[in-house]
Amino acid sequence: MVEFREELQSNQPAHPLRLRAYHWLAAVPPLCMLGGVPFANRVHRLVLGLPFLLLWIVIWVVLTAGCMALFYALDHRVTPDERGL
Amino acid sequence: MNAALVIIALFFVIAVALALLARRGHEMSLEQWSLGGRGFGAIFVFLLMAGEIYTTFTFLGGSGWAYGRGAPALYILCYSALAYCMSYFLLPAIWRYARDRRLVSQADFFVEKYESRALGVLVAAVSVAALVPYLVLQLKGLGIIVSEASYGSVRPAVAVWTGTIALIIYVVISGVRGSAWTAAIKDVMIFGVAVGIGIYLPLHYYGSYGEMFARIEAAKPGFLTLPDRGNSPAWFISTVLLSALGFYMWPQYFASVYTAKSEDVFRKNAMVLPLYQLVVLFVFFTGFAAVLVVPGLAGSDADLSLLRASRQTFGAPMLGLIGAAGLLTALVPGSMILISAATILAQNVYRPLTKGASDRQVSLLARALVPVIALVAVVLTLRGGNAIVNLLLMGYNLVTQLFPAVVLSLGRRRLATAAGAFAGIVAGEATVAYISLSGSSVASLLPWAPEVVKDLNVGIVALIVNVTVFALVTLATRGRRVSQPAGERVSMAATGADH
Repeated sequence: MVEFREELQSNQPAHPLRLRAYHWLAAVPPLCMLGGVPFANRVHRLVLGLPFLLLWIVIWVVLTAGCMALFYALDHRVTPDERGL
Repeated sequence: MNAALVIIALFFVIAVALALLARRGHEMSLEQWSLGGRGFGAIFVFLLMAGEIYTTFTFLGGSGWAYGRGAPALYILCYSALAYCMSYFLLPAIWRYARDRRLVSQADFFVEKYESRALGVLVAAVSVAALVPYLVLQLKGLGIIVSEASYGSVRPAVAVWTGTIALIIYVVISGVRGSAWTAAIKDVMIFGVAVGIGIYLPLHYYGSYGEMFARIEAAKPGFLTLPDRGNSPAWFISTVLLSALGFYMWPQYFASVYTAKSEDVFRKNAMVLPLYQLVVLFVFFTGFAAVLVVPGLAGSDADLSLLRASRQTFGAPMLGLIGAAGLLTALVPGSMILISAATILAQNVYRPLTKGASDRQVSLLARALVPVIALVAVVLTLRGGNAIVNLLLMGYNLVTQLFPAVVLSLGRRRLATAAGAFAGIVAGEATVAYISLSGSSVASLLPWAPEVVKDLNVGIVALIVNVTVFALVTLATRGRRVSQPAGERVSMAATGADH
């Protein structure tokens, strides 16, 4: 059996992550997911065969992942000053 | 011996064998045993973290909630998504600090941040008080799953003993590497089984998801939305927030952060885990399908809905696979809990009490404590009465009380004092204990409050008490903190390094 380790070192930011303005976007999925609960809860019909509350939550779970992926991409851009170093 | 039992036994043997193999080539110092030498990449950390989503609670409790209560079960889906969102920022900061100071346990984090061993002992006590009942929960689940899936041919007590003995052996020998390796097969199994039955049962019995939900709504109007009182939207939102804050405060998951070899591991996981936890959705579908397929399971019997519906639908081989998956969902978190509890007791209680303990002694003691903790858990599982149920309900609230002290210590300038953190945690835990033991709710504490406030999760009260005491004591003790000379600040977390 081989030693089970992956190579991750290649694409890490050179220094600890700084908080940037766009990181405030992280508040959007939780606020919408939970803020929408009282309203989504009033829909008693099925939408796409699913209870609307369930669908609402699933949509925001997926968008949470999307938001994290966006951060990951943005945080791993090589910034001009890093390139200059 | 039936086919189901053969399959369960087979997977059990494979899991334990893999766990034992995981040790190969590693000297087992405390850092290796407890943290895998801080060398885990994204996949191993993912497997350890996914352990939180798929404990026996999710497997049995998730379907049980969907079956017994309907829409309120969805809170499980929400809080993990929120916790992962938080993890993108929280975990890299914790990891960096832990690596620089060579921390081994969650309590170490408090000791170093607040320069207080007493705080470490307090956090250790809280950790063990929350971990032991959590282990009991896993063992109870293991007993139920194996006995149900083997058509009752294995009694729960026999399953619990067998599982625990295997757990002790592989935890003592392989430590967290064993957990990570078993987690690998566990995740493949649970993914296949949960998604498989979550798709099959609704389609088999109802034809389509839409038809299933329509028939449930017709039979039980309002089952698929939150009720106006009780488990109302106010309850839902407050419960999600509290659970999300407590998520990474569990000592075993906090310490699994230390196993990563880079901070980027957490950012990768933050994008994958929210999607991965959607598997819970299929556990819900199973619970929903069971509503009209195996009606009449009341109270805590609702937790049997997944197994009973499967027993009624599938033959022995499939039931064996379900039983094996269920068994693994108990073993993996169980092993992480054992490692954590033993490490904390050795590192944060024994070491400070005996000033001169060597790294080797602490490491040996940690492993010697594994069977002791496991046996206590077995006795509580088989003999435990209502007291243990109370502890189980308390567990999540107990660890959530650690959140303020962690977050307030992360900034560049430390905002809070050790006395503040100590007093806040004590006040919060005392409130949790009072609330749980007296069975209070916000409605009983504040009978005059509006309905929305009455439905709030009562854990909020403990957190408010905690933060208030924390702030007041911090303000009172702030000026008086005498900074220690640098030479005396010996990191008590430093253990024998072995790279």
